[in-house]
Amino acid sequence: MRPFTYTRAKDVAAAVTDIRANSEARFIAGGTNLLDLMKIDVMKPRHLVDITRLALDTIEETDEGGLRLGALVTNADTAYHEQVEKRYPLLSHAILAGATAQLRNKATDAGNLLQRTRCYYFYDTDTACNKREPGTGCSAISGYNRNHAILGHSEHCIATHPSDMAVGLAALDARILVTGPQGERMLPISDLHRLPGNTPEKDTNLGENEIITAIELPPQGFAQHFTYLKNRDRASYAFALVSVAAGLEIEGGVIREARIALGGVAHKPWRRPEAEAMLRGKKASRENFQPVADAYVQGAKGFEHNTFKIELARRSIVRALMTAAKIEE
Amino acid sequence: MASEVIGKPKNRVDGRKKVTGQARYAAEFSVPDLTYGVVVNSAIARGTIKSIDASEALKLEGVLQVFTHENRTKLAYYDKSYQDMDAPPGSPFRPLYNNQVQFNMQPIALVVAETYELALYAAALVKVEYEQAPHETKFAAQRPYAYEPEEYKSTPPPEPWGSPEEALKNAAHTITEEYAHPSQHHNPIEMHASTVHWEGDGRITVYDKIQGALNSQKYVMGIFGLKEEEVRVLSPFVGGAFGSGLRPQYQLFMAVMAALELKRSVRVVLTRPQMFSFGHRPKTVQRLSLGASADGKLQAVIHEAYAETSRFEDYSEDVIIWPGVLYNCDNVKLSHKLVGLDVYTPLDMRAPGGTTGIFALECAIDELSYKVGMDPMEFRLKNYAEKDQIEDKPFSSKELRECYRQGAEKFGWKNRKQAPRSMREGHQLIGWGVANGAWEATQKPASAKAVLALNGQLTVSSATGDIGTGTYTIMSQIAAESLGLALDKVEFKLGDSSLPKAPLEGGSWTASSVGSAVKKVCNKLGEKLLELAQEIEGSPFKNVKIEEVVFEGGRMHLKNNSSTAIALTEILSRNKTESLQAEADSEPSDEQENYSRYSHSAVFVEVKVDEDLGTVKVTRVVSAIAGGRILNPKTARSQILGGIVWGIGMAMEEYSVMDNQYGRFMNHDLAEYHVPVNADVHDVEVIFVEEKDEIVNPIGAKGLGEIGIVSVAPAIANAIYHATGKRVRDLPITLDKLV
Repeated sequence: MRPFTYTRAKDVAAAVTDIRANSEARFIAGGTNLLDLMKIDVMKPRHLVDITRLALDTIEETDEGGLRLGALVTNADTAYHEQVEKRYPLLSHAILAGATAQLRNKATDAGNLLQRTRCYYFYDTDTACNKREPGTGCSAISGYNRNHAILGHSEHCIATHPSDMAVGLAALDARILVTGPQGERMLPISDLHRLPGNTPEKDTNLGENEIITAIELPPQGFAQHFTYLKNRDRASYAFALVSVAAGLEIEGGVIREARIALGGVAHKPWRRPEAEAMLRGKKASRENFQPVADAYVQGAKGFEHNTFKIELARRSIVRALMTAAKIEE
Repeated sequence: MASEVIGKPKNRVDGRKKVTGQARYAAEFSVPDLTYGVVVNSAIARGTIKSIDASEALKLEGVLQVFTHENRTKLAYYDKSYQDMDAPPGSPFRPLYNNQVQFNMQPIALVVAETYELALYAAALVKVEYEQAPHETKFAAQRPYAYEPEEYKSTPPPEPWGSPEEALKNAAHTITEEYAHPSQHHNPIEMHASTVHWEGDGRITVYDKIQGALNSQKYVMGIFGLKEEEVRVLSPFVGGAFGSGLRPQYQLFMAVMAALELKRSVRVVLTRPQMFSFGHRPKTVQRLSLGASADGKLQAVIHEAYAETSRFEDYSEDVIIWPGVLYNCDNVKLSHKLVGLDVYTPLDMRAPGGTTGIFALECAIDELSYKVGMDPMEFRLKNYAEKDQIEDKPFSSKELRECYRQGAEKFGWKNRKQAPRSMREGHQLIGWGVANGAWEATQKPASAKAVLALNGQLTVSSATGDIGTGTYTIMSQIAAESLGLALDKVEFKLGDSSLPKAPLEGGSWTASSVGSAVKKVCNKLGEKLLELAQEIEGSPFKNVKIEEVVFEGGRMHLKNNSSTAIALTEILSRNKTESLQAEADSEPSDEQENYSRYSHSAVFVEVKVDEDLGTVKVTRVVSAIAGGRILNPKTARSQILGGIVWGIGMAMEEYSVMDNQYGRFMNHDLAEYHVPVNADVHDVEVIFVEEKDEIVNPIGAKGLGEIGIVSVAPAIANAIYHATGKRVRDLPITLDKLV
């Protein structure tokens, strides 16, 4: 591990000041991903700003009737929070589908969103990776790409975002509260993560010295009709090959609102609002779900080892919607 | 003699030490003035090192040295000096020997510093330039050049018998298929580590992760020209090894070399990624052609194995003997060829060859049973081997039929519907599969020493190992029973090169080999105790023969009159003797040669497969084992459970991903190299059937380290076929192969 300096911020303003004052600086909270990456020389910050003492560790009601998750609330505390379980069970399920109990106890909500890809080549400094070292090339495109993207990838990067929580939040239309040198701003979760394009080194649209302070959940929680379906290579502690967060509002058998987000298929949680809209006013049924599933993977392109994800995504979407709609076959 | 200790489910005698942190592993021994070494590995698979620039690393205060091929110590010249006790034929890899890179992640430098963190940082500053040469790691590309090695490490393929090709042609039912599994890495939780204590006078004490301290000692002596008394190797606890510790690994070389050069104590611990830089279970492709008569009699077997090896050693394992061991067939042809790749030499991994060969054979047999239209278990029983056709010898014992009977009953096999896809629950297709297996029950020469102290404490020792299997416990049990002592009056010592010689701790032969030596030495001590008792004035044991006494409850008494007795401690005290000791060497009996000796298993599996998503859940496993005498049902069960869990991993998860662009294994951590988690393991049942065997060794135990895994993966693959109608012949069976 390379030497680095360390400060502990006492409030958000100080954290932002600290991160600006130091070159190649990073925030550290749970450290469940950053420390691993530092040990294997993938991330080489010269300065760490410890934000664990900031007062961002509570879950509160918002004025509009939603919940505000402090950036530093742990994944475990979020998933098992009474109000989250009751009003946003989709989020609980998504969080609990990820990592392990030990990691969830340590990892924070904002940290979860900012975890780096699990692409093997990103993790190995003896290989080429545009995300790790821009301009060196993408080893995965011509290498082993079973875990990689089928949607939204570029010729420079085919990595996926590994978070389950982010997929749940994407389906819930969560909002991200950010503080930076220019003050506060809010962005929809769909704008937090980005597609790789020709700057795959950038995972998110956060400004260089910005810090996430909270995640806001709008009132609509889809607590009646939801599911988080995760397909993976073992029953726990494995990243999604394809996951689906689905939420439905159903009245009298008719769908009022549908949300579908995919994980494991792209550089960010994958939403297609125009495909979701196909369900509005329709009856909840396999016949109506199938075209939506097809629309979701339209334009998908696989590589040597991951084309199976296209069909798997289709089937998973249908299954998730059937489960959410409580339709038994 | 009534069995008070053997056969009882005793807790591990070292359990308390392990759960309280008192059990020390190779990287945990504190020695004064310790320095820390971090290994730098190559970034290419083949080529020449043009330069290694360590100047930035050496500038750091506290960095002591960066060892490379340019400044290494003088090393032995001949291959023989590098050949350890488990070396396959060939030229063993020599760390830092010259500028040649032979495989990716080859160790090419060692950075030694006053702290681990500093060494790690300095290692990141070492700059290496290569002249890259083309490498070949693609198995399929090299398979056409597969060759028969001049010398097999494993059983050489026997001459064919009968007329296999003709019999195949004439058979009513045939199958010809290829079965494959990828390279797999052992991944014990404890990473390989060596702590070398520089004793100051040229002598070193080495704490090493190894499945046999004597092997490390021999290796170090050979390479560095040290004398036996100059190197002592200790390995009292090993945090899992599964074969990865049979051969000394490069961290031992590195730590010893640095210690000798720097005249300091040095510790080198490999990282998890570095655990993918040496031996592994070789990728193997097997082609099986089987033929059966209309009524299900096996008529032809042609079994060809193609297995990966390195360019410098011919590693081979017993992949193709199993048709001759498990089935009766008059027309059999077996071959085993090696595929040379630019990788490190493969290495024995739990049931090497057996896990591989039995997987392919048991899937093929299953396929044939469907063709014949017979229940897969009935088909196996119909072709049951009454003798071993490889060696043409009868079995010393074989209770496999009983394994089937008890296993099938426990599992409820009779309720199985024969047709694939005939059992379901909603989206879940249910499948039931079976497979059987065997593993060699070998006895090797071993020695032991026993010392009885005046306080009644018996210490027995042998230079074997305990890799978590329970060696400490069962040896203590054997000793306690032999001399009629309570278990807590016995201490067993192992993992020390200064102790009486023992074979490597592997091959499922430790219980058998070391156990026999322990039994023998304790019997010898018993005879000495009788002799000593006879010297006591007025001894009632005068003219008594050893067969006429019994050791029980800390005493020796006459068999026909238990009131004529003397405490063992009294024998010593009456003779004013502080302690009494005996040493013994045990050898396999000549009689063993007349028999084929194997343990056997029958495994029944239920899977539930999501028909849309391809996800598989192994909902039930019943494993029935015939393993001779069970010394300790508790540690024995744990061995089999471990084998079942690993079998689940082999069938569905394990896969060392080779990137052929780099010639490098890429999923080198435990997040991406998948082994089963708790959530993957559901109902598991272990049955030990009774099996008496007085030939296999004096203990009657066959060893359980490997038999637990061999039949599991094929039983799962067969159950998946039964559930889905899809036959997946390349492991692991991941969901994409079923969608």
